[in-house]
Amino acid sequence: MFKLWSTILKDVRILLRDKVGILLMFIMPVILVIIVTSIQNSTFQLINKNKLSILICNKDKGLLSEQFILAIDKIGLFKVDQLSKNADEIMINDQMHRFDALLTIIIPTNFSNEVKAKAKNSSGKALKGFGLQSDSLIENKLSVSPLTLYYNPIIEESLKYSVQGALGSALQLVETRETLRNLYFSINEKPLPEKLENEMLNNQTKINTIPTSHNGNKIVPNATQHNVPAWTIFAMFFIVMSLGGNVVREKISGSFIRLKTLPTSYLVGLLSKQITYLMVTILQAFVIFSIGVWLFPFINLPALRLPNDIAGLILVTFICGWCAVSYAICLGTFAQTQEQANGFGAVSIVILAIVGGLMVPSFALQGAFKTVINFSPLHWCLEAYQGLFLEGGKLKDVIPNLIPLMVITLLLQFITILGLKRKNLI
Amino acid sequence: MNNIAVDIENVSFRYSANATSTLSEINLKISEGESFGLFGPNGAGKTTLMSLMTGLISADKGSIKLLGRTIGTKKKIINRFFGFVPQDFSFYHELSTVENLEFFGAWAGLNSKEIKSRTEELLKILGLVDVKDKQVQNFSGGMKRRVNLAIGVIHKPQILFLDEPTVGVDVQARHAIIDYLKDINKQGTTLIYTSHLLSEAEELCDQIALIDNGKIIVQGDLKELIKKNGHENLENLFLDLTGKDYRN
Repeated sequence: MFKLWSTILKDVRILLRDKVGILLMFIMPVILVIIVTSIQNSTFQLINKNKLSILICNKDKGLLSEQFILAIDKIGLFKVDQLSKNADEIMINDQMHRFDALLTIIIPTNFSNEVKAKAKNSSGKALKGFGLQSDSLIENKLSVSPLTLYYNPIIEESLKYSVQGALGSALQLVETRETLRNLYFSINEKPLPEKLENEMLNNQTKINTIPTSHNGNKIVPNATQHNVPAWTIFAMFFIVMSLGGNVVREKISGSFIRLKTLPTSYLVGLLSKQITYLMVTILQAFVIFSIGVWLFPFINLPALRLPNDIAGLILVTFICGWCAVSYAICLGTFAQTQEQANGFGAVSIVILAIVGGLMVPSFALQGAFKTVINFSPLHWCLEAYQGLFLEGGKLKDVIPNLIPLMVITLLLQFITILGLKRKNLI
Repeated sequence: MNNIAVDIENVSFRYSANATSTLSEINLKISEGESFGLFGPNGAGKTTLMSLMTGLISADKGSIKLLGRTIGTKKKIINRFFGFVPQDFSFYHELSTVENLEFFGAWAGLNSKEIKSRTEELLKILGLVDVKDKQVQNFSGGMKRRVNLAIGVIHKPQILFLDEPTVGVDVQARHAIIDYLKDINKQGTTLIYTSHLLSEAEELCDQIALIDNGKIIVQGDLKELIKKNGHENLENLFLDLTGKDYRN
């Protein structure tokens, strides 16, 4: 025990004197968390609170195009500005740039007449279906000239589809209203009353959106709840830069030769490093979570809401930290030089973070990546943290995530011991 | 008659299966309390033999016993008997002298009380009291050599292996180190020493072995060997037996 204590003391002293290492382990992740959360928060606000700027070039002279523009405005997703009717492609590009608009919709010249004709034809078909006479039925299918949508290539495909869906709804509303009016007039020979029209068209069934949770507390996901746990995991695993290099440095230094001639197993040294750096990872999590809880509100970011199960949070952090430390020691055992440990360590953590869903949502991964994801310890760490932070779960809810994490950790420990034995280091 | 401190029988070693033998059929007995010098040109196999004696590498053939116990078995017991002062600085440069001695003392099997008293003693003997709390990385070469030696002897080993312990140090530091080594040898510590400084070796060693091309070419009492071969000093004997050609 005295040997272990002396070794921990030695490791702590070396760690505290390694200013660059401390910078990498604490300052860099804190900066990363603040920057990434700020950026993601802006995106969250752009999508959820701010309106997308769009331009409309209405080449039509009828009433229905005006109704269509009004319907787009009512969706609430867009800030609408209109272009002159004569705008050509060059002007559209220029104006999109000027207005910082992501989209421009061109309403074709004969839009109102074509929609009206289509509506009349549809109502005629409907009347015929009811067994009533209609003078407005044209057997040939009528179509409306397509709308044209110019979009800024920076917008993501998913956002483009959402916008197209919203515009489709607005268009549908205009067409349906016109068809209804036609039908009503054909049957009653008087215009559709405004009250009835509003009742039929505007009284849509509402959709309530509620985030799911284990404990019934509705935690509204935001950039902070998503990013702070994710980047804490990244910071924990990034200690590979300090610890992996430390193991290699000790291994290739003269001190290791002396250690091998002393009556103590190097396993004591490894145990000491595990304890020391495990404390570092727990401290990292404490610092980053504290910043999320207390500092974020001061810099206009949503405050981090800690899970109710604090004991569960501590245990999950402990296991994630142990896995990160095991990975770093395993890498340090096999690396021949510090450059190898640092280079491979950094790249491998970024890859494991991507595969693990820290940078790209894991549900977006396709094919073989769906399987590969299971081999990333960062994935299981993230799942466990999300279970606590986003789903309001307790320790028992995230145990299915902790089991694979423990299996990976024990496997890393086993590989490390095999490597040390093979190199005659223990 | 003294007991045998180091007993090497028919030891052969090569670094890889395809390599030529680094050491071949080495036989050597070193008695307890001797100050034994191991000399040879570069690449002769001195450091390899020292690595074998300290268990850093294992012999392909033959056996090595320290104080009657085979090296490579029961490391916890055997490794308490000896200390090793490698040619490279073998300590943590980020730590102070005291911190290094505390750590290596614990790994050598001492308790905190023993470490404290030994540390105080060694700091005084080796002139490191004034710099005991300074990080070793800021020390001069001579000071680092003294720290290197202090760590090797913290647990008062019965056998002390020294691989060029005074290389690159000034005259004062060299004298301090050699005086200390003579002192502990008088107290019964067996010294096994390699160096290219043959005048220093003459001052310190009573028994020697010369190695060349992985074989012991001569061994025995230093003074007798010089006299028997008709030379004035160890350097002339060395050149006579190993030649004047460059070695790689």
